[in-house]
Amino acid sequence: MKNTPPETTPFFARDRDMHPPAYTPWYKTTVLRSPQRALISFEGTISEITGPVFGHSIINEFDNDLLANYAKPGEGPIGERILVHGRALDERGIGIGGALVEFWQANAGGRYRHKKETYLAPLDPNFGGFGRTITDENGFYWFKTVRPGAYPWPNGVNDWRPAHIHFSVFGHGFAQRLITQMYFEGDPMIWKCPIVKTIPDEEAIKRLIAPLDMNATIPHDMRAYKFDIVLRGRRSTLFENRMEGN
Amino acid sequence: MVQPLGYLKETASQTAGPYVHIGCTPNFTGIHGVYETDLGSGSMINDQTRGERITIRGHVYDGAGTALKDALIEIWQADAEGLYNSPSEIRGKADPNFFGWARCPGDMATGEFVFETIKPGRVPFRDGRLMAPHVNFWIVARGINIGLNTRMYFSDEEAANGEDPILSRIEHRVRVPTLIGKREGDTVTFDIHLQGDNETIFFDV
Repeated sequence: MKNTPPETTPFFARDRDMHPPAYTPWYKTTVLRSPQRALISFEGTISEITGPVFGHSIINEFDNDLLANYAKPGEGPIGERILVHGRALDERGIGIGGALVEFWQANAGGRYRHKKETYLAPLDPNFGGFGRTITDENGFYWFKTVRPGAYPWPNGVNDWRPAHIHFSVFGHGFAQRLITQMYFEGDPMIWKCPIVKTIPDEEAIKRLIAPLDMNATIPHDMRAYKFDIVLRGRRSTLFENRMEGN
Repeated sequence: MVQPLGYLKETASQTAGPYVHIGCTPNFTGIHGVYETDLGSGSMINDQTRGERITIRGHVYDGAGTALKDALIEIWQADAEGLYNSPSEIRGKADPNFFGWARCPGDMATGEFVFETIKPGRVPFRDGRLMAPHVNFWIVARGINIGLNTRMYFSDEEAANGEDPILSRIEHRVRVPTLIGKREGDTVTFDIHLQGDNETIFFDV
């Protein structure tokens, strides 16, 4: 992490118009799992502006290589090889260094490796479907994987999830905690998905769609998609020896 | 025209989905050999951790009173002296034997979550008044579109709870007990109700 003083200021108020509301009955599971009463708002205290920091000691060499972290020696998963890369930033545009990013996904056929998964597409013996990494001091991260497949899910009689990768991100404060999903440029399933449609703001949906990034593509190896993640910003503090605000 | 403020927008939340365990607690769902242990699993304390040992147990219930079997619960709390183990904690150095954060998936059969921890000390509110001891909760699951923040206070802290700046600003006093974990011996039971008459108070923080 950068050698700058830790920030101790509260986060900006969350713009909940950018987020899905709790109750979105077209995504049926929300009906009984959505709080009905107003959230109680208050500006963050020390309990919210602090958060856990994870050291690189928890990360293994292949944690950000889903092509390798579950594969048998000399083998690899079936599917389109891709590099996913991007940056964790806060709403001020400042890179968030040292942020733990976890990700999980279905295999190329749209099947998850999970006890409760019942889709008929086969498991890939060389694909676990998850990984993690810690952003560098400027907030950048990357991992290698295969492009996940779309899959049907029990909601309406014919609902399919677009290809997506789940992300769990820790910032520097517990109130920045975020779980989201990344979609792929050009996928026609995005705009049919009831879970995507829980987000009321079209621009906010577009910000979840990772563009193909030919500049980061590794020739003769894998194509790249770029996915930046923005966490809540916090009020800037004037430090005596560092006279800069926002 | 004025200058653009230039702020970015926070990335929108999406549900953690039914397979959150794959990414966050793979060993729990039977995927072994990639991570040695699941992050945030196991006891939060060791022999050197200072403070009073407690076990927090509970369930997350939906609006039909059914316990969620696929929720993921994270907690964040201060050490026994009321200090957080975080770079943004500048009041002092927290107990090095207490990380303060843990993650527990609800049991796949019963939905119960369990945390082996210590009772946190009191932490000041923004104006310096002390808040009552509390544990911060964050709940995600299939059908929860954005993670839910709440706090667990302690039933054996009646006096401190009575002067807590957050609890005391809650207009509907009848709802305050939804934030109080019931302590019996070393066990504190904290059930979370997503809906219904006992809907837990959730915070926008």
